[in-house]
Order: sequence, then C-alpha cells, then structure tokens
Amino acid sequence: MEPVKIKLDKSNQLLTDLMPKKFNASGKLWVGFLLVIVVIGFFAYIRQLQKGLVVTDMRDFTSWGIYISNFVFFVAISLVGSLVSAILKLTNVKWRTPLVRISEIIAVAAIFFAAIIIIVDMGRPERFWHLFAYGRIQSPILWDVIVITTYLVVSSLLLYIPLLPDIAICRDLTPESSKFKKWFYTFFALNWRGTAQQYALIHKCINVLAVLVVPLALGIHTVTSWLFATTYRAGWDSSNFGPYFVAGAFQAGCGGVIAVTYVLRNHYNLKKYITTKHFDNMAKLLVLLSLVYLYFNINEYLVPGYKMKTVDGEHLKSLFTGHYAPLFWSVQIFGMIVPIVVMLFKKGRAPLPVFIVSLMVVVGAWFKRFLIVVPTLLHPFIPIQNVPASWHTYMPTWEEWAITAASLAGALLVITFFVRLFPIISIWEMTEEQQTPQIDEQTNLYEAQA
Amino acid sequence: MDSKNNDLNDSRRDFLRKGFVATAAVATGLGLTETACKDTKSKTGDTVKLLSPDGKIVEVDSSMINPAIPDSLLSNHNVREGVPGKKFVMVIDLSRCRNAGKCKSACSKMHYLPDNRSYIKINKMQDSDKAAPYWMPTPCFHCDNPPCVKVCPVGATFKLTDGIVAIDNERCIGCRFCMVACPYSARVFNWDTEYQLNITQMNEIKPHAACSTHVTGTVEKCDFCPTNTAKNELPDCVQACPNGVFYFGDEVEDVVSNGDETVRLSQLLKDKSGYRYLEDLGTKPRVYYLPPVNRQFPFKDVEGQNETDGQTSHESGH
Repeated sequence: MEPVKIKLDKSNQLLTDLMPKKFNASGKLWVGFLLVIVVIGFFAYIRQLQKGLVVTDMRDFTSWGIYISNFVFFVAISLVGSLVSAILKLTNVKWRTPLVRISEIIAVAAIFFAAIIIIVDMGRPERFWHLFAYGRIQSPILWDVIVITTYLVVSSLLLYIPLLPDIAICRDLTPESSKFKKWFYTFFALNWRGTAQQYALIHKCINVLAVLVVPLALGIHTVTSWLFATTYRAGWDSSNFGPYFVAGAFQAGCGGVIAVTYVLRNHYNLKKYITTKHFDNMAKLLVLLSLVYLYFNINEYLVPGYKMKTVDGEHLKSLFTGHYAPLFWSVQIFGMIVPIVVMLFKKGRAPLPVFIVSLMVVVGAWFKRFLIVVPTLLHPFIPIQNVPASWHTYMPTWEEWAITAASLAGALLVITFFVRLFPIISIWEMTEEQQTPQIDEQTNLYEAQA
Repeated sequence: MDSKNNDLNDSRRDFLRKGFVATAAVATGLGLTETACKDTKSKTGDTVKLLSPDGKIVEVDSSMINPAIPDSLLSNHNVREGVPGKKFVMVIDLSRCRNAGKCKSACSKMHYLPDNRSYIKINKMQDSDKAAPYWMPTPCFHCDNPPCVKVCPVGATFKLTDGIVAIDNERCIGCRFCMVACPYSARVFNWDTEYQLNITQMNEIKPHAACSTHVTGTVEKCDFCPTNTAKNELPDCVQACPNGVFYFGDEVEDVVSNGDETVRLSQLLKDKSGYRYLEDLGTKPRVYYLPPVNRQFPFKDVEGQNETDGQTSHESGH
C-alpha cells in the first residue's frame, strides 16, 4: 500500500485546522477552573488521609458510597473507547474517523481515574501493594485489578500507536527554537519516518488491538458488575448484572463522547470535519444503546418488582415510591426515556439538542450508579437498628463531593491537555481517507462540507 | 505371597505400636517435667477434689487447675491455624433473650470497644405481621462457607481449623468488600482513629494476640474471644448473659454450655428445633438459633428505640 503523503506546508488545510492550538482566554479559564477543583479535592483527600474514612458519611451499613459509584461511572464511560475505535471499525463504519481519538482519550482518562478513585476508597491506601503480594485470585477485586490494568494498557496503546504519525508532524513543524517542545515530540514520535513499512505495521497494530479491546471492554464492566452480583444483597443478587452494566456503559460512554465532541467542535471550529451528519449518526447510535439499556432496566426492576420478595421489595419500594423515588424517576426519565424520544425526531438529532441530551445521559448515568450502590446497602437482611440515627441514611460529606469532583475534573483536565498537545482529529487518517481513490458516500460528506 | 504380606503388615503394626508407646512415654515425660516445674513454682494451699480418669478422687493444689497460658504460647501460635482438634459452635436460645444487653457490654469491655459499640447486635425481629416480635442477638456467624472470606482480595480474613473466621488487621487494605458480602452485617469498620489502642492497653491485653487492636481503616468483628477459648473458657458474652441465652462449645465433642448447664449439642438442636438464620443462602453458619417459643420473658419494646435510633429498615420503605 502507498504510504500517506502529508504536505507539511501552509497549503495543507488539514494542518491549519487540526494542529494543536494554544489555549485562548476561555481555554485558560477552563483549565484554571478545573485546576481549582482538583486542588480542593486534593486538600479534602489529605484530610481523609489524616483523619481516616470518618470524614466521609460512609458507616458500617453504607460501607460503600459515592467513591464506588463514581468508580463504576468511570469504568462505564471508558467503554466508549472500544465502541468507537473497535466496534465501529470492525463493522466498517467510515464516518467514525474524526471521533476515534476523542473517544480513545476519554477512555484512557476515565479508566485511569477509575483506578485512582478506588485507591481513594481504601481504608489503608498505603497497603495497596498487598494486592500484589498477597493477592487471592478467588476475589472479584483481583479480577477487576487484572482486567482494568490490561484495559488501561491496551487502550493507551490504541491511543498512542495511531498517534505516532501525527506526533511526527508536530515534531517536524516545531521550530528548532522551542527546544523542549522539539524534544518532547521527537521523543514521543519514536523516530517515525512515515515509510510504507511503518504504515503497514501501524495498520496491523490497530487491527490487532481493535480485536483485543472488545472482549477486554466487555470484561472490565462485567467484572465490575460482579463486585455487586457476587454478593447476596437485595438489588445486586442478579444474574442479569453483567449485560445490564455493559449496556449502561455503552450508553453512558456514547453520551460522553458526543458531549466532548460537541465542545471541541465548537471551540476549535471543526465543523468541516465533525459534521451534522456525525451528530445524526451518533444520536441514532445513542438511541439504539438507550433502548437496549431500557430493556435491561425493565428486566432489572420489573421482574423483582413483580415478585416483591421481602427485602427486595423494601429496596424497590425505596426506589419506586420511597426516599430515593425522586432521584430514581429523574434518572430513568431524563437519562433514558427523554433522550430516546427527543432523538427519534430528525430535529432532535441536530448538534445542539444531541449535545444537551447527551449531557442528560451522562449526568443520569452518574446518579444511576449512585442508585445502584447506595440504596441496596441501606436494605440489609437484618434491618438496621441500634445504631446512631445518621447511620440509617447516607448523604456524602463535602470531602466526598470534593474528591469525586476532583476526579471528574482531573479526567477532563487530562483530555484538555491532550487536546492542547496533540491533534484531536487524526491528520494522517483524514489524509489517507481523502487520498483513497474510491470515494463513497461517506467520504463525499467532507468534501461537500468543504 | 500372602504370608509374606501378613508378616509385613504385622511388623508394620508392631512398629506403629512401639512408636505410639514411645511417643506417649515422651509426652508423659514432658508432662511430668512440666508438672514438676510448676510444683516448685507456687502452691496456693487451696486444694481441689478431682475425679481422675481411672475413677479415683484425688486432691490437687488449685494452682494445678487451669494453669495460666504463658504469653509465649499465645503470641507464638499461628493466627492462621486455630486451636487444634476443635470446632467451635454457638447456640442462641431466642426464648430466653429479653434484650438485657449484658452480652454487648461484656463484648465491648473484652474487646476494648467504646460503650456504644459492640460486635454483637441485639435485633428486634418480627417474622410476619401477626407473629410476636422477639429479640435476636447476632454475633459473627463464623460460617463454614463464608462469603466474606471468599471475596477478600488479600487473604486478610480467613477460616481457621477450629471454625473461627478471623481477621488479620495488619493485612487488611480496607476495601470493605467483606462487609458488603456478609449477608448478616456482622462486620464493623474502624472509620476513625478514636478507638485505636495505645501501647499500654496493648501490653495489657497481650494474651489477646488474636483480637483486633482496632487498626484504623481496617475491618473487625466478633472473634469468639480466642483468648478465652484457648484457655477452655466461655466467650465473655456467654459468661455475661444473665439469662443463659448463649451456649458455646465444641462440635467435635458435641458439647455446649451456657455457664449454668452443659448439654449435648446434637440433643439440644434436636429437642428444641435448632435452626440457622437464612439457611437457604448456603453460608453454613456455626451459630444456631433455638426458636422463640415458650418465652421466659414477655417482649418489652425499648422505649424510644425508634426515636434515637431511627426506624428499622423493614419499616422505612413506606
């Protein structure tokens, strides 16, 4: 195959449009805002290290709180990497090219912070090494450690390897005068020269990784669901939990990538590359994924709800009509039903409505994880009694909120800095697509827009 | 061939017999030296009459009875093994419990827990609307198929040969998966540093080598008072109960005692229809319950329990 030829001069419109740009005023404000949240969270974590987990509102009954639900959220979001860069690739979806890198960096940032937040949740974080020294393979936590580490590595490779030609472009376009930048790009470009052999290798790598990452992605979220489903608790004791979690993860991840794509598209003026057609397609995908998730929700709540077994029934009552009903119904309606309905209409699949709906999906997904973790713990087999009144409920403390917000801000910060350093839309893959002789409907799209 | 085999077998049997005799002799010898050493140590002058194995009544000095276990023995014993030849078991007679709370306070005292904290909970239970409420004390059930042990990622909680589910607080990473996995909410967590034992207290309770020292950020729970069981004493909750609710003993010997009476475990469970809580979960608890029939006390609800402690979760659904 002919290697891609990328013109490194001003005549190449792709370079002017897609090369990383310095932060403007709003960009700086955004980074500052995220940094402030991270610093506050860091301060809260130091307090937690000094005083112990008593700074949280977790107690003997609600022994898992928003750290764990936030962890599940991160793992869920990270599945989007495999969705766009693997599943859409293996099913030969051509329009996915400008979205691949966005979804892959979301995946890497999310899974990285999933690992961090799980350490935050530990009572003895300094004993983390015990997992390796004394690890018991019988424990679902060990499965999670193994599969998440593997997913982090494969996702990072799936981000980094297709990035090489673009880092080389950055290297070649960086003037000698800016020494650090030159060194940085030279180092990470791994001596990329753009030969036919190198391109052949890169294509092969991407193909292998794309196949590898699909079972891994299913694995991380299935294993994460088993942290709950392997217990006897009401609401968790379900053989449905693996696919239920995976379905929810694809839905949340799809919402996440649409939201981030919309912001980048507007901020960096990428309308030429990320077209209304992309939003239309992603919206249709999101509807499909939401419908699948709706199906699993019906299974998960309606079937036990039909029987109303004693403790199951109390747990479900607290969700349907009790303490958690407002949150439960908001999440189900605004995080699932409304998005499906809105995006069934063509007008609802325009960029702005899709963006708003996607944000609803993501926020709903976060609170959905809270609803999966916390209410169950408040409904053990032996009713909670003889404990201080505050142990009957769970309302996260400011430290928990601050640390959780910091982890979310941290993930966004990683994405933001990535966009600052590297082209967020793959220049070489776009060039390759433009140079491909057979022009089908989808590649025509970009030219029509241009 | 046959005769040769028989010869071989005979000689092996012979060898084994001789071996046993030799071992027994050595053991006796050791025992004698130990007794001799003790003899020279201290005599209280108080004598106790005992029935010897061959049916004679003998009088021995009280210092010979229940010798204090040397510290070295307890601190050297492998915390992951347990007392050899024992299978500890507990029976809780619900017909006798009136929520006196003495088990809880004794437990707090024994384990250096604050007064408001205990490894035992006394739950108000009501099996159905029409059924009468009763009190159900719940310690750790020390299950034979323990969900907590299964899920522990670092082997910080484990099953001992004597049936006890123990915790290594120096190994625990504080992930709390075991607390979530336990269907009986038996486990408690050291959320803060408040209850951390200081050096003096730790020296004081040195023989309690197998008890938790309340390490911050780790899980703990009822441990069947390993110090007591090693000395052939009943756990503190059993001793403290004024109504003989708790029976504790050894399944191998088939004997349990509540301090006042000592009974056959199998007979007790048979006569009083002993059962295990949530048997269908398959966790195989080592704690049995005797049903709350022919109550010794009328059920008296604790005034204000719901106000200070909030509602029970069975009622919070609506």
